[in-house]
Amino acid sequence: MRTYILRRFLQAVPLLLAISLLSFFIMQLSPGSYLDTMRLNPDVSENLINTMERQYGLDKSIPEQYFHWLWQLLHGNLGESFTYKVPVTHVIKSRMVNTIILSVAAMIIAWMISIPIGIYSATHKYTIGDNIFTSLAFVGLSIPNFFFALLLLFLIVKFNVPLPINGMTSIMHNFLTPMGKVVDILKHLLVPAVVLGTASMASLTRIMRGQMIEAMRSDYIRTARAKGLKERKVIYKHAFRNAINPMITIFGFQISALLSGAALTETVTGWPGLGKMMLTAVRSKDLYLAMAGLMIGSVLLIIGNLIADIMLAISDPRIRYN
Amino acid sequence: MQKLDKNIKDDIDKKQTVKDKEYSIWLDTWKRMRRHKMAMIGGTIVLILYIVVIFAGFLSPYNPYKGFKKHFFHPPTKIHFFDEDGLTWPYVYETKSVDWAEYEVIKDKKYPIKFFHRGQEYVLMGLFKSDLHLIGVDQPAHLFFMGSDNYGRDLFTRILYGGRVSMFIGFVAIFITTVIGMIVGGIAGYYGGWVDNLLMRFAEVIMSIPGFYLLLALAAVLPIDISSTMRFFLIISILSFRGWAGMARVIRGMVLSIRNEDYILAAQAIGAKDKRIITKHVLPTTTTYVIVRATVSIPSYIIMESGLSFLGLGIQEPNASWGNMLSAAQNVTKITNFPWLLIPGFMIFFAVLSYNLLGDGLRDALDPKATEDY
Repeated sequence: MRTYILRRFLQAVPLLLAISLLSFFIMQLSPGSYLDTMRLNPDVSENLINTMERQYGLDKSIPEQYFHWLWQLLHGNLGESFTYKVPVTHVIKSRMVNTIILSVAAMIIAWMISIPIGIYSATHKYTIGDNIFTSLAFVGLSIPNFFFALLLLFLIVKFNVPLPINGMTSIMHNFLTPMGKVVDILKHLLVPAVVLGTASMASLTRIMRGQMIEAMRSDYIRTARAKGLKERKVIYKHAFRNAINPMITIFGFQISALLSGAALTETVTGWPGLGKMMLTAVRSKDLYLAMAGLMIGSVLLIIGNLIADIMLAISDPRIRYN
Repeated sequence: MQKLDKNIKDDIDKKQTVKDKEYSIWLDTWKRMRRHKMAMIGGTIVLILYIVVIFAGFLSPYNPYKGFKKHFFHPPTKIHFFDEDGLTWPYVYETKSVDWAEYEVIKDKKYPIKFFHRGQEYVLMGLFKSDLHLIGVDQPAHLFFMGSDNYGRDLFTRILYGGRVSMFIGFVAIFITTVIGMIVGGIAGYYGGWVDNLLMRFAEVIMSIPGFYLLLALAAVLPIDISSTMRFFLIISILSFRGWAGMARVIRGMVLSIRNEDYILAAQAIGAKDKRIITKHVLPTTTTYVIVRATVSIPSYIIMESGLSFLGLGIQEPNASWGNMLSAAQNVTKITNFPWLLIPGFMIFFAVLSYNLLGDGLRDALDPKATEDY
């Protein structure tokens, strides 16, 4: 097990190197730089710009810039953000935590709702309940994240629901008790997490239903019924345990969609996460911040996939680590 | 012996009667599709949407760029079907701005709605110039079916024109993605070795960057001062750049598994060339998968494009797309005051929903074994 994890980590290194190369290349293609925007500002002296150019290493050739950046990265330094004027690591740490909070919350909501619904739908195939849930899953699958977020915000304001509509904390946040702080954040988290959870909820429900139906048709279910087990036991002890296995693979696939969806949801609901930061960085040509966003996003994705693989290996004894 | 002959003759006769109604996989698929009610509904809506956006010029009352400066954020025009004498030809009243985005109805004169109205000029399908609109109303009254936006442009008209972007970007992007995916996947799977290794590692790199982050970075590369057509195609290439990797990987797997099938070996043994084997034997095996995958992924392309345009990185003003029209609704106070600004979002939703239904039915119809009675 340990060697397997170690090997996966080692495999990730060349992958991340290639990703960094590709991201750097893309960012270099981008027309203009942050300093160009500064040059247009008459209040900024030519001297300052030249100093900044040297400071950030922008006067060197592109390969040199890349290797300089890579060297710094290996020392845990992600460069300095042009816009925020602080090291990128400072900006990105809290953003990363926020995105993880949001994604995990969305995932919990999605799984907690879709698994029971999937089981219900499978055991009540083609009943009214099943049809309603199946249609709802289609609706959830088809509604774009950002539009759903807008719609929810609209409804909240329209019907005066006492929920915050923007950001992560309220103005009074710093004066609240520790418990109050947590509640405050949870209140802000609700809308983005529900929005982000819906899309994965819809697809999870459909897959869970399919897996469950498949499992209910197997021979071991017939055996279980034949020996007179209660239907409850047949469903939860025999069918469910076998149906849940393939779902773990889906967990790995969903991480990419979750991170992508988070970017738009964060923008609409003002949740200060990686995606929102990435957008500002890309817009203002904040080279190092955007690079860091791409890298951290990829690292999260790779780690997520690794966790999914390990979970699968633990839950399914047929899978060996090689 | 005679009996055997008769049997054979019977067989031949049967075959000839069958031949009148030749078995074809597409006919069979179509029959199975027909049974899928929701998929047929979805398919019909998709078809209608395409027709509507193609004939946007004729079906819309106004020009998409025409702004009525004194009628910004105008609510949907109320169409009256009744007057003092009961049911009548539908008509509207003129409205006048009294305050910021507040309008007063002037009930002095009725303006009947006119069919085949002569209005602003447009170009139909890039070929014919015309000024004939299906529906319209005389000035100074306005016909805003879905209200107007911040420049006083008719939302309904812009939705029809904006639909072109959303409906065609998905279509063209998936086509390009498919072609690249099939070529790369085919080459990697058929030749194997270092070619396979190199191509698949590259695909892995692309798939390891969270999709939307990559799209954001790529969209930022686009220069600002390019024509709208150019932008349209560059956005398509961005979407395809992100999308081909997944397709290529699956195609490669399929090609790899059929490369050593007996019929391929037989074809090689009788001296068929690589090109013939790939086009006649290898790629047709992947057709079903490719069609299903293409239909199923069009919705995600529509969503990605609208997401980019929504953030201001996709289609730019003054060109309409459902995504960038929705970005006018980003402000909460705006959507509560002018809720009709949310309509483009519903259009995205309906288009995506219809495509999803269609794709679902198509998957069942083309691959009945895999999804039997789910």
